[in-house]
Amino acid sequence: MALNKVWVLAEAFEGKPLPIVLELLTEARSLGTTVEAVAWSPDIDAYAAELGNYGVTKVHNIDIGQSLPGAPVATAIAELVQAGDGPDALLVGMTYDGRDIAGRLSVKIDKPVLTNVVGFSDGASGPVSEHAIFGGSQIVKAEFTGGSPYIFVVRPKSFAAEPSGGGAPEVVNHNVSDPGVTFAAVIENRHVEAHEGPKLDEAAVVVSGGRGLGEAEKYSMIEELAKLLKAAPGASRAIVDAGWVPYSYQVGQTGKTVKPTVYIACGISGATQHMVGMKGAKNIIAINKDQEAPIFSIADLGVVGDVHKVLPKLIEALKARS
Amino acid sequence: MNVVVCVKQIPDPATPGQLDPTTHTLVREGKLVIDDSDMYGVEMALQLVGTAGSGEVTLVSMAPNGETSGLRTALAMGAAKAILVSDDALKGSDALGTARVLAAAIKRAEPDLILAATESTDGYTGTTPVQVAELLGLPSITFAKHIEIDGSTVKVQRQTEAGYDEVTSPLPALVTVTAGVVEPRYPSFKGIMAAKNKPVDELKVGDLGLEASQVGQAGAGQQITDVAAAEERKAGEIVQDEGDAHERIVAFLDQLKVI
Repeated sequence: MALNKVWVLAEAFEGKPLPIVLELLTEARSLGTTVEAVAWSPDIDAYAAELGNYGVTKVHNIDIGQSLPGAPVATAIAELVQAGDGPDALLVGMTYDGRDIAGRLSVKIDKPVLTNVVGFSDGASGPVSEHAIFGGSQIVKAEFTGGSPYIFVVRPKSFAAEPSGGGAPEVVNHNVSDPGVTFAAVIENRHVEAHEGPKLDEAAVVVSGGRGLGEAEKYSMIEELAKLLKAAPGASRAIVDAGWVPYSYQVGQTGKTVKPTVYIACGISGATQHMVGMKGAKNIIAINKDQEAPIFSIADLGVVGDVHKVLPKLIEALKARS
Repeated sequence: MNVVVCVKQIPDPATPGQLDPTTHTLVREGKLVIDDSDMYGVEMALQLVGTAGSGEVTLVSMAPNGETSGLRTALAMGAAKAILVSDDALKGSDALGTARVLAAAIKRAEPDLILAATESTDGYTGTTPVQVAELLGLPSITFAKHIEIDGSTVKVQRQTEAGYDEVTSPLPALVTVTAGVVEPRYPSFKGIMAAKNKPVDELKVGDLGLEASQVGQAGAGQQITDVAAAEERKAGEIVQDEGDAHERIVAFLDQLKVI
């Protein structure tokens, strides 16, 4: 059953919609008759035009001041829902701010949230959401038992983004009436860390390291290999938990979903936690000394060997070619 | 400085997960362990209370079966006491139902700061902590990589896509701690012995003033309708490294035209 109005949370990064926003807008066009967006952009006209290109006809723009977006954006959406102007479904990307907004909104309008959505299919009363569990080995279908609005938090890379070529949408500005104490979490300063090469979730090639590297210092081999391949470096949860690399490097269920042309897993055994984030790669190369490692069951090329021997030679061979 | 840490006890992640054939919810019978993701919050709380020089760390947990072994691990690290909400009525709770229970239990501890993991290892919805904050009417900061207390303000370095933001909030507040940002201490022998006698306050849903219809399967506004095997990805070629495996990798990358 098609929905009437579907809203997409249009989170921006450096003034542009995040890739997940474009993916969600594309999917929203097949889920609902009308697609609208919720944004909190200071430069809304340029931003809204980009959303219009993906089928958005109206943008609800919220003034959040210096607050973290979670509380003010959820408050504004809840006010619109309570005034009868809300959507039948809200699609939220699984990002830092996305889950904050979905969680707060869920309490405010007393509706549950379905998270980790990777697909939708038609149901009797509303959309049925699909979720990959146990490392992506099984797909669970779920639906809400109560009424709309339905809140879905969707994993990035679940849908391909395609523009529909619409015109500039109508922009409606909202000032949230009563900024309660929950708005008091404010951003004082932003720090951008120097970053070379492609982003992890957009790179055509990803080179990831795991516990098999043995020690934090050996992660430099991953960085060097990544640089030679113009790839993004990634990591398994084990070495992020151990503090070797920051959380933003993590690939997997609790980290990023990647779908590169080539994924190279070095010293990663392939826990279900990791596989769910990378099994959508077109080609997988795995290097691990344990030939029983689960990663080999999904690798196109599996090398049973020691990363400390294979990687230096691979790095030398690639250097010789460049 | 009193800190509450939300702690989840989960089936051992090293053993394959199972779904109940009728309810399709995750089977949580048998021995449960502390979720590794929560160890960072426990460590952070102990450090903050240590720096403040007074106060204590209280654990708040919810489990269907009265399990306490995971809580004992965190008590052995140095937490003072625990509140465990354990009730058959909690089976099948969704994130919102769980948040209702945790929020009601946390209220009893009257903390200055509430810490939680960014998400659990078994459920990984990642919404529960913020739902707790909203139910308690408190500000929240998720994905902290560094936390400092300055009087009645909490200062947090919050992980972002590009780096981090410096975020401040008045206390009381809820903060979620990113994995890997502190090194959880190992419980000492003395700590393990002391943990056996630390108070664990076991509560039922009714003790918290909640109705059974607000929690568990009854309060969950969602249901699983189908479970099916995903499309399998096939294994390709496996080679043993005889000192020349890197050549095979180069050839493969060549063939894919990425070099």
